[in-house]
Amino acid sequence: MAYIVDRRLNGKHKSAVNRQRFIRRFRAHIRDAVNDAVSKRSIQDMERGERITIPRRDLAEPQFHHGNGGKRGMVHPGNKTFNRGDRIQRPDGGGGQGSGDGEASNQGEGADDFAFEIDKQEFLNFLFEDLELPNLVKRHLEGAKTFRIKHGGIVSQGNPAKIHIVRSMRQASMRRRALTSAKRRQLRELQAEHADLLEQEQSPERQARLAELDERIAKLERRIGNIPFLDTVDLRYNHHIKQPVPVSRAVMFCIMDVSGSMNQDMKDLAKRFFLLLFLFLERNYEHIDVVFIRHHTAAKEVDEEEFFYSRETGGTIVSSALKLTADIIQERYPADEWNIYAAQASDGDNWNDDSPACTKILREQLLPHMQYFSYVEVMPRKHQALWLEYERLQQAMPDAFAMQQLDSPADIYPAFRELFKRRMEDNA
Amino acid sequence: MTRRAPLTTGSDWNFALIEEFDHEIARIAHEKYQLDTYPNQIEVISSEQMMDAYSSVGMPVGYHHWSFGKHFVETETRYKRGHMGLAYEIVINSSPCIAYLMEENTMAMQALVIAHACYGHNSFFKGNYLFRTWTDATAIIDYLVFARKYVAECEERYGVEHVEAILDSCHALMNYGVDRYRRPSPISAEEEFRRLEEREDILQKQVSELWKTFPEMAPGVNRRALSYRYPAEPQENLLYFIEKNAPLLEPWQRELVRIVRKMAQYFYPQRQTKVMNEGWATFWHYTLMHDLYDEGLINEGFMLEFLQSHSGVVYQPPFDSPYYSGMNPYALGFAMFRDLRRICEEPTEEDHQWFPDIAGSDWLTSLKFAMESFKDESFIQQYLSPRLIREFKFFSILDDDTDDHIEVDAIHDDAGYRAVREGLARQFNLSIMEPNIQVWEANVRGDRSLTLQHIRHDRRPLESSNAQEVLKHLHRLWQFDVHLDSVQDGHVVDRISIPAQAPNNHSHD
Repeated sequence: MAYIVDRRLNGKHKSAVNRQRFIRRFRAHIRDAVNDAVSKRSIQDMERGERITIPRRDLAEPQFHHGNGGKRGMVHPGNKTFNRGDRIQRPDGGGGQGSGDGEASNQGEGADDFAFEIDKQEFLNFLFEDLELPNLVKRHLEGAKTFRIKHGGIVSQGNPAKIHIVRSMRQASMRRRALTSAKRRQLRELQAEHADLLEQEQSPERQARLAELDERIAKLERRIGNIPFLDTVDLRYNHHIKQPVPVSRAVMFCIMDVSGSMNQDMKDLAKRFFLLLFLFLERNYEHIDVVFIRHHTAAKEVDEEEFFYSRETGGTIVSSALKLTADIIQERYPADEWNIYAAQASDGDNWNDDSPACTKILREQLLPHMQYFSYVEVMPRKHQALWLEYERLQQAMPDAFAMQQLDSPADIYPAFRELFKRRMEDNA
Repeated sequence: MTRRAPLTTGSDWNFALIEEFDHEIARIAHEKYQLDTYPNQIEVISSEQMMDAYSSVGMPVGYHHWSFGKHFVETETRYKRGHMGLAYEIVINSSPCIAYLMEENTMAMQALVIAHACYGHNSFFKGNYLFRTWTDATAIIDYLVFARKYVAECEERYGVEHVEAILDSCHALMNYGVDRYRRPSPISAEEEFRRLEEREDILQKQVSELWKTFPEMAPGVNRRALSYRYPAEPQENLLYFIEKNAPLLEPWQRELVRIVRKMAQYFYPQRQTKVMNEGWATFWHYTLMHDLYDEGLINEGFMLEFLQSHSGVVYQPPFDSPYYSGMNPYALGFAMFRDLRRICEEPTEEDHQWFPDIAGSDWLTSLKFAMESFKDESFIQQYLSPRLIREFKFFSILDDDTDDHIEVDAIHDDAGYRAVREGLARQFNLSIMEPNIQVWEANVRGDRSLTLQHIRHDRRPLESSNAQEVLKHLHRLWQFDVHLDSVQDGHVVDRISIPAQAPNNHSHD
């Protein structure tokens, strides 16, 4: 007699460790793929997994095999036209397939690349790994949304703890009434007749009729009594739904210098920074708008694609971008309805006379309405007028304004953390 | 025979039904056919658990390794994209015999699996001589637990990377980690634990002896004549040789080599009896299901579902089909056992000529004898009948690289039967299908290099890029130079060395 065991509850992640080992072993490939994906994806689209492709030769497990050549005999099924002694042109590839051990042969798969998916969590892990995020912050950035349990009306299915007693009783009462109304009407008629007969003089016929009525009344009452007081179909349950907590709305301005001096590497560095800011805001706000503003001598609001990838040349007037930002805020994002963040990336070049103008706009038009303005300089060299100007501003308004310098991807996170230190601590 | 009422008419299964089916199938298998089986343990699992089981070759416990993760990821991806159905059963050779049923299957499929795995494979594991002599079904689970624990301990002590590196190298040589002719000592976890420390010491001592290069203190005791080759005989079990002789391996690394070697040995009979094992199991699910039907225990709908699945399993695409990837062991094995039964029950004139011993004999006895006493190669050699060769329309092809054409040298006619049968049998002979590679010499007095020899059969060379990679793994274990000589007609025709050497200095030794 066999033992039958139900193992379904045993958990299905027996291979989880092996999968982890696999991913660890090929982390270089996966990281490349993730980096690739980061540069291809929109920064608002980081929260999904990614398909990873690894060349098959890189993960082959080598074994000794016979190569082509020499003399070999093979037996195949399904002969249709061959006769002994037939000579056939050798097919391309030497006819190497069809070894005795069927599906186990690893050449049978062909030269496809090995492709598989990693999930969002793993994707972000790889992404942040590059940025050298400490765990605490990682959790903060990746953390699950908070939900509020909300009443979602009354439903007919649920668990016993959530039974809505009043509604269930009401339902039962309705059902009982509906099912017994005809019988009750009959009962009323019989009872009326019964009372009627009792009023009148007794006679054998009436006695017999009374007895018959008694019996029918008793029977009807029994049948009415048989209708269950409370049936499972009556049960009503409170329904609760999980609703994400709407924190509030935020708008993020990405401002970047696209003048000739910014090269693609610098832009990629800036992109990572914007991305991090976006993820950070996304954790804290229910709804986020992103506005991309690029500038050289003149500023323009553009879409993401154009923001990161189109090339422009020319001089640099930073104040044009700040002015445009102020205009857009005025027009579309009233400060009492939106939390406003801005991040500016630049190589620090600016028209010398323009820098004081920037400070002025920031101090008077922007910072009073803003949560935070952060400035990163993506250039490892001596600071110029803009940096010095901004430094003064920072000393004046340390709560709303921050600035950092970035040299390499590894700098992004520390810089980011400096910039947002206080805010993260507040939010944690 | 009185027909009974069907056990079920629906397609849903439940535990009570599985038990009833198992009960009925067991009754027929044991009473009517006297199949001898290990006790069964049927485990119901989900499809994801099936993928888990799949990627660890069905072993209920196994040590951790990235390659299992790779199989898992691959299986998962293909399954999710609908490129493959999951095997509906996995069964492993242990006592009790553990069979997995997938919860998504219908009752008909569950019954099929029970018949196939719990009575077909199970009786094969218990009866076949290879399994009887080479594996110990009662000890395997404990040994797997021991292995897993030991590997985990090593990972903790020496780091995952180091353990993984050794395991990688051992896996590359796994097919050369079996004793083909010598019966291995039975495995036992308890024994392993008890002897573990003891053995680590002894092993290390033996190795140190072998590699001792300082002159003996006592004069006149010349331990070894310098002239003789070590090992005296070529060794076929590369992993065994490494475990015992690799100069620089730590004791724990030797243990890992041993674990992989034991696994390889355990699965060796499986690799040699694919056709027979699957054929036998398929034959019995087919027979048992028909018996259930004859008794009225299952209805037509049930039977149709079973037959549809069954015919899918035993389909053999012809050589020119896009689905052709060699012989389907289910198809060939099933056809052979069915044919064997036919030869016993309704022999023709031809059968009397070809199989005088079994034509007309009691089929059950003959089939059991065949199951117990052969492996794929000898089974085909012994029992593939001309009738089956005609049915499969087998033809044999000779591919000789000195000829610019390939030649059909036998087809399914009187002159060709024996050649086809021999050719097909050879195709299932592991010692021909796998390159013949043995340890030739460990240079114990000189540069400590290890030389392997590949004896070319029919001038067939090694696939060189793979061989190169495997040799790198061997080098990792041996830690001194390793060479692989290809020998043809007594001459070394090719040499691969790790680390690579200048091409023209390989003739001096």
